[in-house]
Amino acid sequence: MAQITMNDLGKIYDDGTRAVGDLDLVIEDGEFLVLVGPSGCGKSTVLRMIAGLEDISEGTMSIGDRVVNDVPPKDRDIAMVFQNYALYPHMTVFDNMAFGLKLRKMSKDEIKKRVDEAAEILEITDFLHRKPKALSGGQRQRVAMGRAIVREPAAYLMDEPLSNLDAKLRVQMRAELERLHKRLGTTTVYVTHDQVEAMTLGDRVAVLRAVSPRAPYNLQQVGPPAELFNNPQNLFVAGFIGSPAMNLVYGHLEGSGDAVHAVLPNTRIKVPKAALDRHPGLENRMGEELVIGLRPSDLEAAAVAGQDPERSMNVEVEVTEMLGADTYVHFSVDKNTVITPDIEELLADSGQGPESLGDKTSFVARVSPDVSVGHGDRVELTVDSAKLHFFDPNTGDRIGLKKTVAA
Amino acid sequence: MATDTELKVEPDLPPQPPDEPSGLSTQALRLGVSLVVPVLAGLGLYYAGTILLNEDSNRAVVVVMALLVGVLGVFGLYYGMDWVINQLPERFRSKVRPFAFVGPAIVILGIFLLYPTIVTIQLSFQDRAGEGFVGFDNYVRLFTDSSTLIAVRNSIAWVIIVPAFAVGIGLIFAVLSDRLGRKTEALSKSFIFMPMAISFVGASIVWKFVYNFRPEGFGEQIGLLNGIWTALGNDPVAWLLQEPWNNFYLMVILIWLQTGFAMVILSAAIKSVPEDIIEAARIDGANEYKVFTRVVLPSIASSLVVVLTTVIITVWKVFDIVFVMTSGEFGTSVVAERMVTEFFTFRDSGLGAALAVVLLVAIIPLMILNVRRFQEQEATR
Repeated sequence: MAQITMNDLGKIYDDGTRAVGDLDLVIEDGEFLVLVGPSGCGKSTVLRMIAGLEDISEGTMSIGDRVVNDVPPKDRDIAMVFQNYALYPHMTVFDNMAFGLKLRKMSKDEIKKRVDEAAEILEITDFLHRKPKALSGGQRQRVAMGRAIVREPAAYLMDEPLSNLDAKLRVQMRAELERLHKRLGTTTVYVTHDQVEAMTLGDRVAVLRAVSPRAPYNLQQVGPPAELFNNPQNLFVAGFIGSPAMNLVYGHLEGSGDAVHAVLPNTRIKVPKAALDRHPGLENRMGEELVIGLRPSDLEAAAVAGQDPERSMNVEVEVTEMLGADTYVHFSVDKNTVITPDIEELLADSGQGPESLGDKTSFVARVSPDVSVGHGDRVELTVDSAKLHFFDPNTGDRIGLKKTVAA
Repeated sequence: MATDTELKVEPDLPPQPPDEPSGLSTQALRLGVSLVVPVLAGLGLYYAGTILLNEDSNRAVVVVMALLVGVLGVFGLYYGMDWVINQLPERFRSKVRPFAFVGPAIVILGIFLLYPTIVTIQLSFQDRAGEGFVGFDNYVRLFTDSSTLIAVRNSIAWVIIVPAFAVGIGLIFAVLSDRLGRKTEALSKSFIFMPMAISFVGASIVWKFVYNFRPEGFGEQIGLLNGIWTALGNDPVAWLLQEPWNNFYLMVILIWLQTGFAMVILSAAIKSVPEDIIEAARIDGANEYKVFTRVVLPSIASSLVVVLTTVIITVWKVFDIVFVMTSGEFGTSVVAERMVTEFFTFRDSGLGAALAVVLLVAIIPLMILNVRRFQEQEATR
């Protein structure tokens, strides 16, 4: 067991491309930390640097109290679970799991004991004599986990281990992973591009983005999932965390004292003190154009949440998606879409360009399934105004953000 | 071929009536289509030959004829057969069609491969003129006569030493070149692969210069080896006369020729070992040597066997090198070289055929092994 410390960590490839810049991150002993971000954000590179599979160009990496910059992977006392499992095809499941132990010259009895134990936990005892080829994807995944578990390493590194499983199996394995971590209590670093996985698994989540001249740091925000969801520190985190994504729209504030209103297209919403308190200095930005964020889950049909003229939106439904437990209502507001470099980056990751968006802003509301509306209907929504988010349209930062928190 | 798909216009979609077994008419049709293509091809070649081999014929006509017969002829024959089968009643088509394509190959292989094999086996039990039956006499001579015994002994030495070195060195080169930069890797690999482009006879002539020897008073030593040897202050040596070492000097030539082949195949195999397995092994605690022996080597085992058997088969058949370098003299003869010498120089078809049969028997198990490996590889794909 160990704490993993990254100090001003940087990675520059031979061709001069910078993948990681000035990364400062401490992964506590026993913590489950998730590195999440769109493709190309450097999350896998960071993981491979912890593993020793990538050289460290700048800064230091410590596992426990040992600096491991020049320590080869085999001596770092870490175990890794690969995206494609990376099982040895010519070995049986037992030998796959025992390989690392044999290399450490462990006694046969001890090896057998450990493998049997791990197989028991993962329910793969019946397959121990099989070759990986004869296993299903889910079983291979378990073997890959087993190979890591038997090693009893200081830390587990997992590189999108669930991404090759089908949706149902992924949810099941996710729950098992969580149980496993509770049971073993070993430091775990987990890489994923799936923010749902990140939110459900992580004790803490670190949101990374690709380094660029505009954003020289990969790390955008690190914290418990709820913190990221409730207080995203910039538009990138706000747009990345949460599904469906946060609705963002240009607007401004007016009024003063107890009567501050957020002026959005088609509506005026009274901003309660709670929302102002979460954005220190917001009262000094009256009249300025801001980016206002509204989570789909903070929009509910007035018929359910109750009428309140101070925080209501009357919209025309474009599309509804029935998901059983929720209904997503899509609608537009008359204001051009918020396009900042942060948003462009997120759009590019989902394969869209800014030009695909018109002069309207698409909104999503997550409403109760009891609300029955369809295309063309008008519906009255009530906004949970205490949970409004305000961002600076130029820097993309949350208003009132203390800069030190970001780094 | 773009027309490949057109040929398969009619898959056996309509189910065959079950009451139509592969009756006599079907069998006759199958035999018929199998024979038509070889017979027509034979006739075509025969009549084309009368023009092509005629000294007086117009060169341009010869070229056009050769192209027509050689390239379009075969294609036309198969296409024609397919058309003929489409004219057959529905119920015959799917049963007869495979024979129009596979049948000719089987017939032609039978004529040019199976028949000569049988005749060779027959000859090995007959006397030197290929007339009276002599039982196992030729085989007894083969395994008692000193000249053929030397050939057998040498061949066994070749089969052990050449593949071991060719594949061993090829594997080392493959592993080492894998760690080079992309350009240096390509360059160094092409140097080692280059001898593969040289024929055995050509290579032998190159090496004749390496081993060249001039007796005292017959001019300067132009052989590379003697050049180095005398420069070191030694007397020149007639390398190819040094029994039994001259055998090894000849083997070096084949090793030089085959190493490139082994390297290319093994290098491809090593590159196809997934990178993440190797990384997993490193994280599991393996050093580079262990990564190679425990992960890479088992992963390329099947390629290794294929390369090894292929090289062994080549070695069994080696004839040109020995023939060009020493004509099998000075205790360097091998089975294949002996076979040619007995058959064509000494006109002893009985002993020659017996040597051929020995070669065949030595190679068949390797062929079976190779074919099986290939099938396994296909099955896992």
